[in-house]
Amino acid sequence: MKILQCKAKIVSSRRIQGDYYKIVLASPEIAAGALPGQFISVKIDGDYQPLLRRPFSIHRANKRELEILYAVVGEGTRLLSQKKPGKHLDVIGPLGNGFDYERPLDVARGRRSTPRRCSGQANDGRLILVAGGMGVAPLLFLAEQLVCRPSSVVRKNILVLLGAKNKKEVLCVKEFKKLGCEVKISTDNGSMGFKGKVTDLLKILLTTNDPSTWFDFAHHGSLGAGERPLDVTRGRRTTIYACGPRPMLRAISHISLKYNIPAQISLEEHMSCAIGACMGCVVGTLQGFKRVCKEGPVFAADEIIFW
Amino acid sequence: MSPRLNIKIGRLELKNPVMVASGTFGYGEEFKGLLDLKKLGAIVTKTITLNPRQGNPAPRTCETPAGMLNSIGLENPGLEKFITEKLPVLNKTGVPVIVSIASEGGREEFVELAAGLDRLKEVAAVELNISCPNIIHGNKARAKLIAQDAQATYETVKAVRKVTRKTLITKLSPNVTDISEIALAAERGGSDALSLINTLVGMSIDVKTRKPKIAVATGGLSGPAVRPIAVRMVWEVYKQVKIPIIGMGGIMDTASALEFILAGASAISVGTANFVNPKAAIEIIAGIKEYLIKNKISDIRRLIGSLKI
Repeated sequence: MKILQCKAKIVSSRRIQGDYYKIVLASPEIAAGALPGQFISVKIDGDYQPLLRRPFSIHRANKRELEILYAVVGEGTRLLSQKKPGKHLDVIGPLGNGFDYERPLDVARGRRSTPRRCSGQANDGRLILVAGGMGVAPLLFLAEQLVCRPSSVVRKNILVLLGAKNKKEVLCVKEFKKLGCEVKISTDNGSMGFKGKVTDLLKILLTTNDPSTWFDFAHHGSLGAGERPLDVTRGRRTTIYACGPRPMLRAISHISLKYNIPAQISLEEHMSCAIGACMGCVVGTLQGFKRVCKEGPVFAADEIIFW
Repeated sequence: MSPRLNIKIGRLELKNPVMVASGTFGYGEEFKGLLDLKKLGAIVTKTITLNPRQGNPAPRTCETPAGMLNSIGLENPGLEKFITEKLPVLNKTGVPVIVSIASEGGREEFVELAAGLDRLKEVAAVELNISCPNIIHGNKARAKLIAQDAQATYETVKAVRKVTRKTLITKLSPNVTDISEIALAAERGGSDALSLINTLVGMSIDVKTRKPKIAVATGGLSGPAVRPIAVRMVWEVYKQVKIPIIGMGGIMDTASALEFILAGASAISVGTANFVNPKAAIEIIAGIKEYLIKNKISDIRRLIGSLKI
């Protein structure tokens, strides 16, 4: 995968809700090669404050444009939110290794790279996308790519769990529903959907005997009516894709282990160079330290050492 | 006519005086495609040690006002793997490769490393990193760096000098009372050139969690925040030593690179700026050339130490 540095024109920039913003950048060179789970690094201002670039997950991409969904959390994102359409940003991308999934042939043909592990495991299996807060950002791009696979017989095969602190911070519900995904919501304070952590909701869905709380597999013949939707053995054909805060990903890793469901998790980390040179953004793995920006940001849940 | 940009550091001929600093450029491969590597004056590698090192726990870096702290802890694959896996890739660029070396123990490791590199024609020069602030921490906090002791600096340089004919560069620490004293010791020990400065030990605290922003508490400060200190140190040392100085510390653009040259540096290294703009070093080469033309200076060497004071 070729990494490029470009001046990308801001096509649009707007607040969507609360502290959340969306910015669309015209960058055909980077957009055309971008894969779900990859990210870009942006120099927000030309001066020394903030000095370093900022990494952002790719929220959506087509052949010409990149869309970034972000929250204003500090000086860098605050300055980004004030940028006006028509201005240019210095962008490097696409960076890192994205999610592993079976990609549609037409998409694959237009791109030089192939996924790291083209196992085909995700083929007709159930896919569960779990987002914690801002972690939803890379998962919409993934869902968009997943639904256009030739083998995705039924779009309802994709279950999206969106976790947030409260209902004001629940993002992208419409977008996922539009793709035909089944969407379930959890909030910490119960102001929308399930009350509790999104990983608790996932556990309930994985262990329940009541198919009505699960999405309908009977439609495409995976399960008979009344059959328990998932158990440890059937779970093998399920894949979890998750992005969110570290404690949530730790819980996902435990669930992955306990129910024997492979999980891919996208880690967030402060980065200085974002291209693998500074060795700053490392995470402990079973094979020693790995760079989140280079070997990641997507890792297999069972290779990360959480502490 | 195009001004002369080439300079000589020890026996090392550089087509221009702009290098990339150790630890900020990996082993070159990460930057492939982001800049024309062939244009660089030299590449200084991430420091290697004799044995592989895992480095320090995360978080290892954090942003600070006009700068950043890092405490990577010299993560590297070790000498053997560097020679077999990293050096051939670096060599393909055709740019002189300066190998930065450090010791986890005493002087003997420096000697062994330098001797191991001496026979390799792919190695243009060796930089002695006697000033990394990130491998001493915890209960050894009061231990000194070699670069904080003139006698130890002299002895280390002298011992390495005996085993290598390569151009020998010694990288000095700014975390000292008098950097000139250390510089003179390195010169006396037989160093062909001096690199200054390494990072300044700093600390940053997250007031919400009451934890240091760097896992091992302290780290090395770099970026434009340290530049005035670096320029001052180059100027001080330039007045004392006869060997060439490679200046570095917060060089972001042509103007900041020229500051170092005017203060007495024969060459400069771009460090933190590589993270911000991978093309920074290339832009600086073009910028220096433009400055020389504009000021009708035919040779970069006439600019070195030409500070009006």
